[in-house]
Amino acid sequence: MAGIASKHLIRIEDLTVDEIYSVLENAATFKEINTRTIKKLPTLRGRTIINMFLEPSTRTRSSFELAEKRLSADSLNFSASSSATVKGESLLDTAETFDAMKIDMVIVRHRYGGSPWILAEAMDAHIINGGDGIHQHPTQTLLDLFTIQEAKGRIAGLTVGIVGDIYHSRVAGSLAPALKMMGARPICIAPPSYQPDVPEALGAEVSHSLDEALPDLDVVYLLRIQGERAQGLSVPSLREYATVYGMNQWRMDNLMKPDAIIMHPGPMNRGVEITPEVIADSRSLVLDQVNAGVAVRMAVMYQMLGGEGDVATAAR
Amino acid sequence: MPEVVKATVMDQSDVSRSLMRISHEILEANGGAADIGIVGIITRGNLIAAQIAENIASIEGVDVPVGTLDISLYRDDVATKLSPVLHRSDIPFSVEDKTIILVDDVLFTGRTIRAAMDAVIDFGRPRAIQLAVLVDRGHRELPIRADYVGKNVPSSYGEQVRVHMRAVDGDTSVTIVSDPAASSPPAVADTTKGE
Repeated sequence: MAGIASKHLIRIEDLTVDEIYSVLENAATFKEINTRTIKKLPTLRGRTIINMFLEPSTRTRSSFELAEKRLSADSLNFSASSSATVKGESLLDTAETFDAMKIDMVIVRHRYGGSPWILAEAMDAHIINGGDGIHQHPTQTLLDLFTIQEAKGRIAGLTVGIVGDIYHSRVAGSLAPALKMMGARPICIAPPSYQPDVPEALGAEVSHSLDEALPDLDVVYLLRIQGERAQGLSVPSLREYATVYGMNQWRMDNLMKPDAIIMHPGPMNRGVEITPEVIADSRSLVLDQVNAGVAVRMAVMYQMLGGEGDVATAAR
Repeated sequence: MPEVVKATVMDQSDVSRSLMRISHEILEANGGAADIGIVGIITRGNLIAAQIAENIASIEGVDVPVGTLDISLYRDDVATKLSPVLHRSDIPFSVEDKTIILVDDVLFTGRTIRAAMDAVIDFGRPRAIQLAVLVDRGHRELPIRADYVGKNVPSSYGEQVRVHMRAVDGDTSVTIVSDPAASSPPAVADTTKGE
């Protein structure tokens, strides 16, 4: 069965391991379509999708928008600054308004964790979480898994270091449990102030030293320090953080496995968690991640909005 | 689900004779193999397409380009049915100004062919599209006909016509099986051409 059993994609745990693999497999097909001159499929014509981005976003929003357009869905953008939200309308009222317009799917990004659930409760539409507060960002994880599988040929058995402000990271909130589900070994590498409250809940091990953990890593997954979420910094200075936890040429040459890959969900703070030399290295797959994003989101939308019947069992 | 094989309508030598005849017909209709491209529809049409290309190579001494097409994303019933696994469409040549021979195993409602024509046109603008099928079982729901037909097999709507190809099924044959799960005939006239 190629569909996705869960109506919504709010947490990565809404998908089974088999469903994750089917998304990755189908994304490879969509990736080929994105290299054609005519990057357009009629698959979701007549379906309506709303992009509700109530927090700034470059990559995720444009990636979803491109995926929708390439599948011929009708899409509508809704942002906080240009909507009734500034007039004091609540999320619930907005949800009910959209529901009355009979839409098929909502992509939501919101500063508070759990907001997608409020929409899911209030609406008939399918909800995809495009990042909620410090909770989860499941489609980012799917594109990360796709990138890892393409580069390393597998996911199970790999050791993946997630380095940075894990506490405030919804990217880590989805990635760590997904890696655990897929049989990989996630390690949270950060100073104590940036470690998650309950690392075991993410299925991850904990390390406080990048230099100690680096030689074991197959994937070095870097996160930025999220100044806008924390009230100020939880480390003495960005310079000190860069010295101890930043990925630089020396660490890459002396401590990292030669065939390890480096990933970052963006936006990057050059010179803090990653230096320009590392970004430019052939083992840095930051742009491959962006490239995979459109294809993976096309696969997710196709599998969520496609019917429950199975073509293989239909009479021919 | 129990399936009952009602009849074997073609065996391996029937299939290879039919495909040889189709290959000759394609060459005759197009005055040779120049500017022809063959595109087989996954999952059996691509195997038949490869056989036709091989035949043309042995008759005419020309290697015609062959591609494969997965039409899942072009189906008109995506809202109700989903393909289990998407295959990659691979047309490793330019379709611009070529005569494309679309190849499928069974021609039934015509909806697959409608989708395939849209999919081919998304790769470029062919000079013409022709259709070759191993079996035409009737029950068309769209104004589509085949240019080259291996065998017309009258069937009832609830039956299934199975094409087995040796490369994936172990043997080559065409059988009619009854399908208890199939829906009843639609309320349209039966356009099966018995021959």
